[in-house]
Amino acid sequence: MITVEGLTKRYARTVAVDDISFSVSKGEIVGFLGPNGAGKTTTMRVLTCFLPPSEGGAQVAGYDVTTHAMEVKKRIGYLPESPPLYPDMEVVEYLTFVARLKGIPSSNVAARVKEVSERCAIADVQTKLTGKLSKGYRQRVGLAQAIIHNPDVLILDEPTAGLDPKQILETRQLIRSLAGDHTIILSTHILPEVEQTCQKVIIINKGKLVATDSVENLTHRLRGAESVAVEVSSHDGELETSGVQRRFEQVAGVSRVIAREARGKHLRYEVEGLQGSNIRPEIARAVVEAGWNLHELHSVAFSLEEIFLQLTAAENTSGGAK
Amino acid sequence: MKNIWIICRKELKSYFASPIAYGLMAFFALIAGYFFYAATAIFVVRGQEMAMMGRGMPMDVNEWVIRPVLMNVSVIGLFIIPMITMRLFAEEKRSGTIELLVTSPVRDVEIIIGKWLAALMMYACILGLSGINILLLFAYGRPDWRPILVGYLGLLLQGGCLLAIGTFISTTTRNQIIAGVATFAVCLMLWVLDWLTAFETAAWSKVVSYLSVVTHFEPFAKGVLDSKDIVFYLSLIFFGLFLTSRSMESLRWRS
Repeated sequence: MITVEGLTKRYARTVAVDDISFSVSKGEIVGFLGPNGAGKTTTMRVLTCFLPPSEGGAQVAGYDVTTHAMEVKKRIGYLPESPPLYPDMEVVEYLTFVARLKGIPSSNVAARVKEVSERCAIADVQTKLTGKLSKGYRQRVGLAQAIIHNPDVLILDEPTAGLDPKQILETRQLIRSLAGDHTIILSTHILPEVEQTCQKVIIINKGKLVATDSVENLTHRLRGAESVAVEVSSHDGELETSGVQRRFEQVAGVSRVIAREARGKHLRYEVEGLQGSNIRPEIARAVVEAGWNLHELHSVAFSLEEIFLQLTAAENTSGGAK
Repeated sequence: MKNIWIICRKELKSYFASPIAYGLMAFFALIAGYFFYAATAIFVVRGQEMAMMGRGMPMDVNEWVIRPVLMNVSVIGLFIIPMITMRLFAEEKRSGTIELLVTSPVRDVEIIIGKWLAALMMYACILGLSGINILLLFAYGRPDWRPILVGYLGLLLQGGCLLAIGTFISTTTRNQIIAGVATFAVCLMLWVLDWLTAFETAAWSKVVSYLSVVTHFEPFAKGVLDSKDIVFYLSLIFFGLFLTSRSMESLRWRS
């Protein structure tokens, strides 16, 4: 549905986006992830035909953004970082204006406005001025505006920025409910958002593509070996930290043991295994054989946060313009 | 065509949803009313003097009232136009709504013409208020209505050019006040350019003073429809809107 090939966008002195390529297939929700200033908004603006690319190109729904901008614009719904509202318009007036602007036939306009208002839960503020709405409502009106012409592709720039936790959950739910009918790209610098909403993630940093994969694959790929958190204590309460560490190091398949901060009399460790080994049963057996109490034993998965830091840190060393 | 109307209607609505329209109309009605009153009073006093001196020369309402009033109105327009155009693009740029317009399936030209047309309609509404004064003349005399129509056509054409220039200036900044002040400065310059011919006789001064929008309005005020002046105004409108479209395009390259 979306193909980006070698996209580069230069401003007067800076390179905002540097040779990015990726593709998104129909019905996917893709998280566009990167720290502030990574080039997310610029990429989205190229996809929405707001900015022309300096080099390379992009196709949306089979149309090129530079040569067939009109066709792309018809098929795209865009929610910029701050919702593009006219403060002196009522919600219904605003949505009617957008509906007409997007080329919906006049006979359908009222029905579409009603439909998206219900879908985005803004039916109760229809006659309020958009300038007087709370942040959460403004965002939802912005989302309603983006989906009013039922576009194939939805591009959402930080859709949950500045919302309170309840509104964030509601917005994410709304976005998930839109998947299927629409292909969605949403940008964010909040990692859990991607884990919770998206199937696929594209990570960019300083204008360069760092990784593009499904959320599970990315976690799996970077995890490599298993890492296990263990918490033990002894019956009599006397247990030597180095002794336990030595015992764990002797377990087959263990590559490294790191002592973590003790919690009272409970000693805690992080045990890393070799690639492909399953060390949890072995560790459990070792603890039981030594006669200690086992309080906790679980596998530590890399969170997206760690992956992100790992990837962007690697990128940092190679440098690059902002 | 449909898109132009959609944009135009939205702009008109926002003029009348805010106090701008009403403020400008009140301001204009007051000043145009005063000028009309003054012109009529002078006409009446002069008329009586003439009658007392026994000269039977009939005085022409068109020449003595309508012409000066139209000239005055064209100058008031210079002050009103910046206030009409300053928000057109500057406001959209400031609030980010320009992104909505530009990413919608409408062409830049349609956005520009829609906005300019709305500004022109707004200006026509304001001018219309001075028409009420002139209509009063028909109750007491028999002015010729054709020069009046020509005069108003001239006012609209002159307004159209200055509005086009104001629209262009509005695209260059995101600050309404700056757009307004710059437009006012340009309007004022275009008004006083013809002063050059008063002290400078070189060819260049004639060329520059030819650009003065007010000199081209004088024939209209007299009721003379000269194609030279119509062409001047139309080409200036086209030029202003052309600059606007260039400026909008450059927005995308710089932004």
